[in-house]
Amino acid sequence: MPVSDPPVIKRRPVYLNLVRIRLPLPGIVSILHRISGAALFLFAIPIVLFAMQTSVESEDGFASLRTMLANPLCKLILVGLLWAYLHHFFAGIRYLLIDLHVGDDLAPARQSSVAVLGASLILTAIIAVRLW
Amino acid sequence: MTRPLRQTIGAHYGWKDWLVQRVTAVVMILYTLGMLGVTLYNGGFDYALWQALFANAAFRIATLLFGLAVLWHAWIGMRDIWMDYIKPTALRLALEVATFVVLVAYAAWLAQILWATRQT
Repeated sequence: MPVSDPPVIKRRPVYLNLVRIRLPLPGIVSILHRISGAALFLFAIPIVLFAMQTSVESEDGFASLRTMLANPLCKLILVGLLWAYLHHFFAGIRYLLIDLHVGDDLAPARQSSVAVLGASLILTAIIAVRLW
Repeated sequence: MTRPLRQTIGAHYGWKDWLVQRVTAVVMILYTLGMLGVTLYNGGFDYALWQALFANAAFRIATLLFGLAVLWHAWIGMRDIWMDYIKPTALRLALEVATFVVLVAYAAWLAQILWATRQT
């Protein structure tokens, strides 16, 4: 190789463009784990504490919480947070199993991410239907 | 010439947080399954049953443990999110402090709910 060759500057692809990233299924589970976790911190914890306080304070509080729950908007928010809890729950169990080297090969990891996405969505749908 | 051994790099809190995140997760799983069992066994809750549950010391202690697990878990998770996305140090520090203060306040609120004297 001649010494006079100019240095080759490689244009390495950096896909930080979120529209161009094609996230694999485990990656989708992962980012949803993070998003659901943030939602649980921001909304679910204060809402659950408020609900606990109101419902246990007095019989009137318990009844007023029932009334609030009848509101469709409240139900919608609750169903959203329910999904966040279920997704975070199942994805978390998946990560615990992967830590124990259960299903950490490519094929089972893909299958389990489908299972996590499916189980949380189906369970949310079932409970949402029962709630309405 | 001898020099004292010293730690050269790393904050060394990563492994502990990693473990805490998993231990708290297991605590939360167990509590969730337990409460699911209580709910299904009773077929839902009315006010009397709800009151009886809160009067039970085992429930209160288990719920406090669950709550502390949630808050500790949320602290590590939220701090990771701030560290990943918020680059300006001052803003990141402010968000971390705010998160921590809110979580400690939630812990106090939970304890207050669980051990408040209630009308019966």
